[in-house]
Amino acid sequence: MIPPAFDYSRPQTLSEAVALLQQYGDTAKILSGGQSLIPMMKMRLARPEYLIDINQIADLRYIKEDNGYLKIGGLTREADLESSELIRSKYPIILDTASVIADPQVRNLATVGGNLAHGDPANDHPATMLALEAEVIAVGPHGARSIPVKEFFLGVFTTALEHGEILTEVRLPVPGERSGGAYFKLERKVGDFATVGVATQVTLDGEGVCRRAVVGLTNVGATPLKAGSAEEFLRGKALDEENIKRAADLAAEAAEPSSDLRGPADYKLAMIRELTKRALTRAGERAGSS
Amino acid sequence: MAIKKIVRIKVNGREQETEVEPRLLLVHFIRDVLGLTGTHVGCDTSNCGVCTVLLDGHPVKSCTVFAVQADGHGIRTIEGVAQDGQLHPLQEGFREEHGLQCGFCTPGMILSAYALLEKNPHPSEEQIRWGISGNLCRCTGYQNIVKAVQYAAARIDRESQEHDSNKDQTLVSNAG
Ligand SMILES: Cc1cc2nc3c(=O)[nH]c(=O)nc-3n(C[C@H](O)[C@H](O)[C@H](O)COP(=O)(O)OP(=O)(O)OC[C@H]3O[C@@H](n4cnc5c(N)ncnc54)[C@H](O)[C@@H]3O)c2cc1C
Ligand code: FES
Ligand code: FES
Repeated sequence: MIPPAFDYSRPQTLSEAVALLQQYGDTAKILSGGQSLIPMMKMRLARPEYLIDINQIADLRYIKEDNGYLKIGGLTREADLESSELIRSKYPIILDTASVIADPQVRNLATVGGNLAHGDPANDHPATMLALEAEVIAVGPHGARSIPVKEFFLGVFTTALEHGEILTEVRLPVPGERSGGAYFKLERKVGDFATVGVATQVTLDGEGVCRRAVVGLTNVGATPLKAGSAEEFLRGKALDEENIKRAADLAAEAAEPSSDLRGPADYKLAMIRELTKRALTRAGERAGSS
Repeated sequence: MAIKKIVRIKVNGREQETEVEPRLLLVHFIRDVLGLTGTHVGCDTSNCGVCTVLLDGHPVKSCTVFAVQADGHGIRTIEGVAQDGQLHPLQEGFREEHGLQCGFCTPGMILSAYALLEKNPHPSEEQIRWGISGNLCRCTGYQNIVKAVQYAAARIDRESQEHDSNKDQTLVSNAG
C-alpha cells in the first residue's frame, strides 16, 4: 500500500516545528515514530498533505528525575524505557507497560509522546499515565502549557492538544515512600492491542492501609477510563483480598466495553475484574517493598 | 505533486544518494530503487516483520518507515550480513538447524536475531523468543529458529574465545 502524496520537512528545532505547524494549519501532521500514523496513511484513514518530522529535534528524548518529577521527553522510544535503569528500578509500572506495547521493531521507533498524542483508547500508556497522575507539556505558538492526563483524552483519537501544539514531555510526581504500581494487559498475541488492560498505583501507610489508590483502564471505552469509585472505596482500607475483590467489581462497573473481535463485552468485564485484582496485588507488593 | 527530496543513506556500508518522493516507503527504496530484494514484503500492515531491516543497528519494519526518514542514517539488510563471502554464524545456524522451510521470513528473522546477539551475546531461550517476537513464521513452528540462534550464539562465542587465545599466544610469543 502506497500512502497518499505529501510534502515533508525535518525541522531541527522545536520553534521551527511549531512555526511550520502554524504555517500549514490543518493539513499538517507531526511525524514521530510513525508507527500509528504511517499504517493509517497507508489505509487512507489519515491524509496529511504535510508531514513535519520531529525526530531530528535534539533534547526531546530523555528520562530523568528533576525537581520532584519523573520527566520523559516526547520523543523517548518504548525501547528507551525498556532499557532504562531508572525505569527498571523505580518505575516498574512503566516497564510493565512499555514492554507489552507492540513488538520489538515497533518499540524501537514508537514514542511515548506519539502514544499519548494519538488518543487511541487501545494504547497502553494512557491508563498508566492516568494511574501515575501525570501531566503532559504541550508547546505551541503561545508557549508551553501543562495538561493533566485526566483531562487530556476527550474521545477516540481526540485529545486536548490544540492544533499547532507539540507534546514535548510527560511528567509525573516522584512517588513517595510505600508507593507501588503495576500494569496488566491481556492480549491475544504479541503485537496485539489490549483486549483489556488495568493500571494501578497505590500508596500504603505503615500498617498496610491504602492511603491512595488510582486505577486506569485500557480499551474499555472511547478514552482510557479512571475507575473513581474503586479508588474511593480503597482509601483508608487494608489492601487485603476481600477489599481488592470489591475494588475489582467497582472497576468493572466503570468500564464500558463493546463486543468485538477480541471478545464479548461480558468477557471483557470479567477480565477487568481479574486484572484489577492482579494489578492491585502486585502494586501492593511493590509498595510494601519500596 | 509532492516535492522530491534528496536522501543520503548508508546501505550495508555503502553511501547511496537518490532523489525520492517523500511517500516512498523504505522497503520500496531498498527493493525497487536499490534492487536489494532480500528484504521481503509480507503483510504490508506492520504486523509480520518480514520487512525487518536494521536502522542504525536497531530492527525496524521497513514497510512502516519512509525512506526520507532514513536520510543521514545507516541501514543493514540481509545482503549486508555475510562478510567477505563468509556466511554469518546466524546464516550458518539457520542452515545447520533447519531454521527455515519456505525462507520467506528468514531475512527478517536473521536481522532481528542479529540485533539481539549484538546487545545480548548469551541470550536465554526466553530472551531469544522475546527478541524474535515481532517476526512471524508460517512454516517452522519457531523451534528450529530458536535453535539456529543458539547455534550462532555458541559459534560466535567460540570464535571470540579462539580469537582471544590467539591473541594471548601472540602476546606470549612477542614477550618471548
Ligand atoms: C503492529 C503494531 C502494534 C501496536 N501495538 C500497540 C500496543 O499494543 N499498545 C500501544 O500502546 N500501542 C501499540 N501500537 C502503536 C504504537 O505504540 C504507536 O507507535 C503509538 O501509538 C504512536 O506513537 P508514534 O511515535 O509512532 O506516533 P506517530 O505514528 O508518529 O503519530 C501518531 C499521531 O500522533 C501525532 N503525534 C505524534 N507525536 C506527537 C507529538 N509529540 N506532539 C503532537 N502530536 C504528535 C501524530 O501527528 C499522529 O497523528 C502498535 C503499533 C503497531 C504498528
Ligand atoms: S511487511 Fe512490514 S511488517 Fe509485514
Ligand atoms: S520459513 Fe516459511 S515463513 Fe518462516
